[in-house]
Amino acid sequence: MIKNLNFLKIGLLSFGFMFLYFPIFTLVFYSFNDSERVMVWTSFSFRWYSELFHNEQILEAFYTSLKVAFLSASFATLIGVMVGYSLARIKYIPFRIFFIFIGTSPLVMPEIILGLSFLLFFITTNNLIGFPSSKGFLTVLISHITFSIAFVGVIIQARLSSFDKNIEEAAQDLGAMPNKVFWKITAPVILPSIVSGWLLSFTLSLDDLVVASFTNGPGANTLPIVVFSKVRLGLSPEVNALSAIVLLVVMSAALIFYFANKKSNIQK
Amino acid sequence: MSSNEDFLIIDNISKRFDDVVALDKVSVKIKRSELFSLLGSSGCGKSTLLRIIAGFEKPDEGRIILDGQDITDLPPYLRPLNIMFQNYALFPHLNVYKNIEFGLKEEKLEKNLIEERINEALTLLELSALQKRKINEISGGQQQRVALARCLVKKPKLLLLDEPLAALDKKLRIQTQFELVNLQFKLGITFIIVTHDQEEAMSLSDRMAVMQQGNILQIGTPVEVYETPGNEYIANFIGTANIFEVNKNQDSKLYSSTLNAFINSAKAIPTNKFLLRPEKIEISKFKEGEEKTQTNKCIGTVKEIAYLGSYTKYLIKTDKATFYVFQQNKFFTENLNIKWDDKVICSWNENSIFPIND
Amino acid sequence: MTKSFAPGMKIQSFPLMISEKLKSYKFWFVFTPYFWLVLFFFIPLALIFKISISIAEWGMPPYKDLFEFTENGFQINATLNNYIFVFSDFYYFKSYLNSLSLAFTSTLICLVIGFPIAFYVAKSSERVRNIMLIFLIIPFWTSFLLRVYAWKVLLQGNGLINSLLIKFGIIDNPLPLLHNHYAVILGVVYTYLPFMILPLYGYLVKFDLNLIDAAYDLGAKPIKAFFKVILPLSLPGIVAGSMLVFIPVVGEFVIPEMLGGSDRLYFGKMIWEEFFQNRDWPIASALAMSGILFLVVPILIFQKQYEKYNLK
Repeated sequence: MIKNLNFLKIGLLSFGFMFLYFPIFTLVFYSFNDSERVMVWTSFSFRWYSELFHNEQILEAFYTSLKVAFLSASFATLIGVMVGYSLARIKYIPFRIFFIFIGTSPLVMPEIILGLSFLLFFITTNNLIGFPSSKGFLTVLISHITFSIAFVGVIIQARLSSFDKNIEEAAQDLGAMPNKVFWKITAPVILPSIVSGWLLSFTLSLDDLVVASFTNGPGANTLPIVVFSKVRLGLSPEVNALSAIVLLVVMSAALIFYFANKKSNIQK
Repeated sequence: MSSNEDFLIIDNISKRFDDVVALDKVSVKIKRSELFSLLGSSGCGKSTLLRIIAGFEKPDEGRIILDGQDITDLPPYLRPLNIMFQNYALFPHLNVYKNIEFGLKEEKLEKNLIEERINEALTLLELSALQKRKINEISGGQQQRVALARCLVKKPKLLLLDEPLAALDKKLRIQTQFELVNLQFKLGITFIIVTHDQEEAMSLSDRMAVMQQGNILQIGTPVEVYETPGNEYIANFIGTANIFEVNKNQDSKLYSSTLNAFINSAKAIPTNKFLLRPEKIEISKFKEGEEKTQTNKCIGTVKEIAYLGSYTKYLIKTDKATFYVFQQNKFFTENLNIKWDDKVICSWNENSIFPIND
Repeated sequence: MTKSFAPGMKIQSFPLMISEKLKSYKFWFVFTPYFWLVLFFFIPLALIFKISISIAEWGMPPYKDLFEFTENGFQINATLNNYIFVFSDFYYFKSYLNSLSLAFTSTLICLVIGFPIAFYVAKSSERVRNIMLIFLIIPFWTSFLLRVYAWKVLLQGNGLINSLLIKFGIIDNPLPLLHNHYAVILGVVYTYLPFMILPLYGYLVKFDLNLIDAAYDLGAKPIKAFFKVILPLSLPGIVAGSMLVFIPVVGEFVIPEMLGGSDRLYFGKMIWEEFFQNRDWPIASALAMSGILFLVVPILIFQKQYEKYNLK
């Protein structure tokens, strides 16, 4: 009976992982197809990779996405850490329930509602004070920062909740002022979570389609918007190539992360 | 409290984890209604053996036979035994009553019978007032009794207890010790206790097994293990041990150079090593005129004194040896006779010497 | 729980030296998020509400100002007509039901697939666990748009699956795998599975495995142990994962757009159409607002469980 359970376990896990990876690998496979018609295999080539690198539209969108993602992640992490820390450690927050609401509900709010709200907001502020004069980079950036904050906040709060408060209290008992306690004791411990939060925000921003569609403007096309327009109606070989590259980057990053973690664990 | 029947037979059990040998051909025979302890420091394999008996690990080799039935291949829910976990493992989402009821529901007994058994256990363990409470609302000692009740209602043939006294404070520990022994006596259930605390093992057990690195070093009653330990490790592990070496001098008399004393022993000392327990050494102030080298007597200086109320621990130093002496404080004296740096005479009886193996 | 006053912690009582307060990091940690989130999250939401009670009009913005000074004096152009329209027209309601049913179904499937995976990963040894987590996270970091697109490649009339089936002679004509309701469910489950597994895993990994052993020891067979011990105690994790899938899926737009057919209209698409095609902002806002309204209960459940989840 226990043996059967083992088979079930392995079977289920394999099924799960296969399910997750099979579609992506399919894309990689077809990215090497020379033919313009994706599904008709002619020959193996890197044609679409070179086309990809010469596609102005995609490249520009990529740089834009990269810039937005980087800035968005950085600011969102900054504010997100504050949210997470406040919820986990600060006893008195005025209107605490409201704080929790605005701090965590972006996590679960449907993107379409978020996007709509941002758009309406920017149009209204434009009417009222003439800023921002046109939608574009800045508006996308602000909207991305806003919904990413909640994700970072959740991660930081979770980490701090499981972190023994006694250590911080011990530091205070030994004479360290609260500011010092934070910088010297708490911050180093939550550093891995801060990094995770940054990475998560980065990915969310890079990957966002719906909110960006509402808040972008001419000249500020993000990569997902360009990709979406290409695949909305059909298949696109450049996108296949793009997918393969994305997968490669993510896998490499994951491996680096894994070995870096291993190393630091061994050092401990 | 024991009959001659072998109730639980652990036969040549071996278990490896990767390349670590947790148990190496371990064999023990435990009698019906016995209170048996597995004693050893961490990593000795006692917990692994317990988990194998309970059914949570499969042995690589060997069989477990309980009351004539080979249970080695049975899953834990089919074994007629129960285990009380070190951290109690009470179900946090159920109250006291429902925790105790859990195991009985699986047995498909009549409702009245279930209620009867639970009430029996509640009364026996003085938990009746707490039945409706949630697990996190009761104290550690009470939690332990719930864990016990949960097992006992199933009327198991064998009860396994994993470090039952470890989490309790000293006073509670002593009280629980007595309660456990009484309970076991009353119910007649065979108990196997796993512990690293030798005092616990000695005070509770009918017999015990001393384990080290996956092997059983010695099985015996507490008296046997204490007075006649199988080797130096066991002697040191149980209680405090003074181990000395002897050699034969020119006249074929046994002589200890570290104590500067002749040794006259009732038993032969084949390994030239012997054990002398601290409580078996008499200590008194040195009087001028005592000879330097005597038989079963030596001269030393008091280096440390620990007064423990009913007895006093002395650490005595000779030129080349250090050893302990425990003396009962039979008489109340305002100023304790022996003080630091006093010169003393230590003496012992020839029967108190026990030859020790490596 | 006893309150502890650590030295240096300031009890919030006025008056306090303002300069001292400004130096305290605690002040900035609360103020900054408040400032940003109220400005860029709460006010926009409030705006949706405002516009949802506005009267539609030509021009930009396509609605009447809420407060207007006319010849007749101060006037408030608020109306509940938008809501009445939204709630009375079955068309809108149907789209909301479609999205709800999509959310329910996919959450359930994600749970059924995700729970065992999360459980076994949580139970594995640390080394194995880390490897499995990396493999779980890689799809998560990969663009969701690309992953949904991948299903298009697979499910199309001339997609991989059909091509293989025809090649092996199993079918003669391609199956209409794409552009239907089932493809959407598949796409949603595929995309949101990590959102179910990761929070579940995070909760299960703290699970006291002794409890399962105790259940076995007391005679419960594995299935019984699962329903009586594991499931009840995993509930906060299950709710957290479910909410993280259910709530966003209700408003999901991209996946139905890419994989769905024209037979079914989903709530997200509805809002999009009203806004961009019909240019009826008040209706779009009313729709969005009613969506939020119906989601308030799940969101509150989520936040309650979130507190519970973190307390462990």
